[in-house]
Amino acid sequence: MKAKEFDKEYLYSGHGCCPGCGIPIIMRNVFHALGDQTIVATTASCFGTIAGVFPVSPLKLATYHTAFASTGAAASGIRAALDMKGDSKTTVLAISGDGGCFDIGIQSISGAAERNEDIIYLCYDNEAYMNTGIQRSSATPWGAWTTTTPPLNLKTQPKKDIMQIMAAHYIPYIATASIAYMDDLIRKIKKAKEIRGFKFIHIVSPCPVGWRFSSELSVRIARLAVQTNLFPLYEVEEGERYSLNEEPEKIPVEEYLKLQGRFAFLHKEDIEQVQKNVDREWKRLKLRIDQSSFSLT
Amino acid sequence: MKKIMTGNTAITHGVTLSRAEVIPAYPITPQTTIIEELSEMCADGRCKAKYIRVESEHSALACAAAASITGARVFTATSSQGLAYMHEMIHWTAGSRLPVVMVNANRAMGSPWSIWCDHNDSLSQRDTGWLQIYCESAQEALDTIIQAYRISETVLLPVMVLIDGFFLSHTSEPVDVPEQKIVDSFLPPYNPKYKLDTNDPHCFNMTADPSTFILFRHKAKNAMDEAREVVSQVDREFKAQFGRGYGVIDTMNCSDADVIIVTMGTAAGTAREVIEDYRKQGQKVGLCRLRMFRPFPSSELVNVLSGAKKIAVLDRNNSLGSGGIVAQEIKAAFYGKSEKPQLFEFVAGIAGRDITMGLIAEIIEHTLNNEKPVGESIWMGVQE
Repeated sequence: MKAKEFDKEYLYSGHGCCPGCGIPIIMRNVFHALGDQTIVATTASCFGTIAGVFPVSPLKLATYHTAFASTGAAASGIRAALDMKGDSKTTVLAISGDGGCFDIGIQSISGAAERNEDIIYLCYDNEAYMNTGIQRSSATPWGAWTTTTPPLNLKTQPKKDIMQIMAAHYIPYIATASIAYMDDLIRKIKKAKEIRGFKFIHIVSPCPVGWRFSSELSVRIARLAVQTNLFPLYEVEEGERYSLNEEPEKIPVEEYLKLQGRFAFLHKEDIEQVQKNVDREWKRLKLRIDQSSFSLT
Repeated sequence: MKKIMTGNTAITHGVTLSRAEVIPAYPITPQTTIIEELSEMCADGRCKAKYIRVESEHSALACAAAASITGARVFTATSSQGLAYMHEMIHWTAGSRLPVVMVNANRAMGSPWSIWCDHNDSLSQRDTGWLQIYCESAQEALDTIIQAYRISETVLLPVMVLIDGFFLSHTSEPVDVPEQKIVDSFLPPYNPKYKLDTNDPHCFNMTADPSTFILFRHKAKNAMDEAREVVSQVDREFKAQFGRGYGVIDTMNCSDADVIIVTMGTAAGTAREVIEDYRKQGQKVGLCRLRMFRPFPSSELVNVLSGAKKIAVLDRNNSLGSGGIVAQEIKAAFYGKSEKPQLFEFVAGIAGRDITMGLIAEIIEHTLNNEKPVGESIWMGVQE
């Protein structure tokens, strides 16, 4: 299959991503979906690092880097200044990794969401502090190896459910998206652009270096995450109306886990435990989807 | 026409007259009434700013900096723990060369908890690349806000305006609120050369490697050097237009003084009274109020203080393990100079301990009656 060519490029070659990284696949498509009239606020992260070293940037969008914890606050400030200039058309796009969103940045994203700031917050989630060399974050899944959860002390807590946290803010729109379902991802970005208020997009971003897989497998692994129900594709409007975008294929999670070295230390019973966890999470989500289809007027 | 108002209220007038456009706000004593009153002024249209109720001080300054780089004139205010919580963004804002103006109502740093005034909070931020201007009166606080925008937008460095918590923030005084059209002629709209612009996209604050980072820092250093003159120049122009000027240092009876008291903030107001009494008794005592702490006005201070036999530095702060911070900086300013007065160090007014006329008289007596300082700084008001 030939890669899609864009009429306009916003992320040029020369960026610093590792081979097989999910970030450039996400960003090229997201930027293209949003277009010229976009201002980016970003922070310490893989993306912040690959976005060039002074004086050369691969980005062709007005971009402001803020300190680690403050992506939501910086995006709020940009929005406020634009509003004061009478510019309600420019899209403010906040970008952080999972550390900058789930962990150190959760205060400022929660604050911005609670104020219902008119911004799109994109979290590309590679499930650990990859930029500093694969340290555990609260987005790291149960049982994963990282440099701070070594084989004798693998992560024993489940991944933080950021979607539920964001849904609890009752903001206009939140969605999960995947690089293996690009049409769905682009549709969600374009939809978010048209909605006023706070929008949150959670995109899983496979990391060959940190997840320990061969770089040509990124899209396949992203697809398996959806197909195994580990990372379902869904949207939530106003914190209440859930809709599922991709029917599950119920592929066993082992198919996903066995491709990645970070899960190589799991025993058979551990994998069974992961499957149980996934099944339970899926039931919870399904319940919300089913409930929201008839209980709300 | 003069009106009676607190220092905090005077500041809200300064902010409104300066036509601030974005105000991210988070409450903390004793600054809180600034942002409370600004929220009312924004709600009823007296202030035309977008008011954002952020969830922390760290976010307040992060939000202010981002609004500034998008081309808006911004304001925020904080105190003590809030200022410390902002610390990362304080560096970031200066490194980004953004003309943010912020008030810090001085308050002691915990622990233990305190809401009362000393200068350790803002002096802990002295190495961040912000200008620091310490005010003595509510009038000066209002005027300094207007000056601060002119200064910061000229040198592209942020300005911290300091007022003593409660002693100035909550004390009512007569204040002349200038007319909007005169302020407008003094302070033109902010029109930045560099900003986030979708028609001319640039990337701000990206990584700078060792070969370029030092260039950014060196340019900031040059801007800070330039600020020494800009602060004086803006103050002179302000005086020409409004009839009030303060200088980078504010002196009283220094030209023939044998003993000069050096201090910052509201303690100077009390010292003025005491010095008048001493003058009536024929004692040659003077006052040098340090108004601009960053950039540090070394040459101006050396000029004024060299003529005295003794100087008594009253520090409302302490750098544990080093001493009073103003005293240390003044000693550094005199390094290598052949003519040096004896320098007596006093630490007083920590966490709201009163600096009374009696206390200042004690300091003067001690300085008059001792030929040389003995040992390190003398702490005033410590109960036995």
